[in-house]
Amino acid sequence: MRHHLVLRVVSKLLIPFILLFGLYVQFHGDFGPGGGFQAGVIFAAGFILYALIFGRENAVKVTPPRVLQALMAFGLLLYASVGVVGMINGGNFLNYSVLRADGVAGQHLGILLIELGVGITVAAVMIMVFLMFTGRGR
Amino acid sequence: METVLDIFSWIAIVGGGLFAMIGGLGVLRLPDLFSRMHGAGITDTLGAGLIILGLALQSGFTLITVKLILILVFLFVTSPTSSYALANAALSAGLRPLTAKKEDMSS
Repeated sequence: MRHHLVLRVVSKLLIPFILLFGLYVQFHGDFGPGGGFQAGVIFAAGFILYALIFGRENAVKVTPPRVLQALMAFGLLLYASVGVVGMINGGNFLNYSVLRADGVAGQHLGILLIELGVGITVAAVMIMVFLMFTGRGR
Repeated sequence: METVLDIFSWIAIVGGGLFAMIGGLGVLRLPDLFSRMHGAGITDTLGAGLIILGLALQSGFTLITVKLILILVFLFVTSPTSSYALANAALSAGLRPLTAKKEDMSS
């Protein structure tokens, strides 16, 4: 891939915007179309594009598998712990209304944290799947 | 004013749809990969460009128009790049255009 100048230049230009769009879909998800799963996939697509153009070795330097494993677990933990905090505050599991004194504000915070957890986990898993597939036979 | 805008956006959207249809017909009917890619390229530039122009005329000076123009900019950057990558992959896999000369085959 060293000689593909066009692909290298265009992907260098586009990867920041792909990541930015992923974050937009993530944090705009409670007002418009979007959400954690889609945002995670878009975010991971940026990293996968980087790995395709600049080689797997460089991509592993950016996202080491140890960090990815930690992020997968962290996202799920965030999701589950928001539910448990709801239980501690006296509601059901994943009841957002009791997270804050104001019920609506609590629901805002709850869905934001839940979707953040989903996004982190999905992005980490997608990148990990790609790295595993491309790393076969090495 | 409204009517003029409506007429222009109708023309743009219908024209874009026509170009998209011609592109689809080209992908279906042209003989080999490289000429089919040419058909698909028309859909991306003129088809999508005219449709987005028509939609922008409908939405006026709002945030939606800014987003539509951003979509257009990214389409103009990414679609030639993907065409390039596809043609390059086909060439390095050994596929040659139908009308290629004998002396070009070796390269």
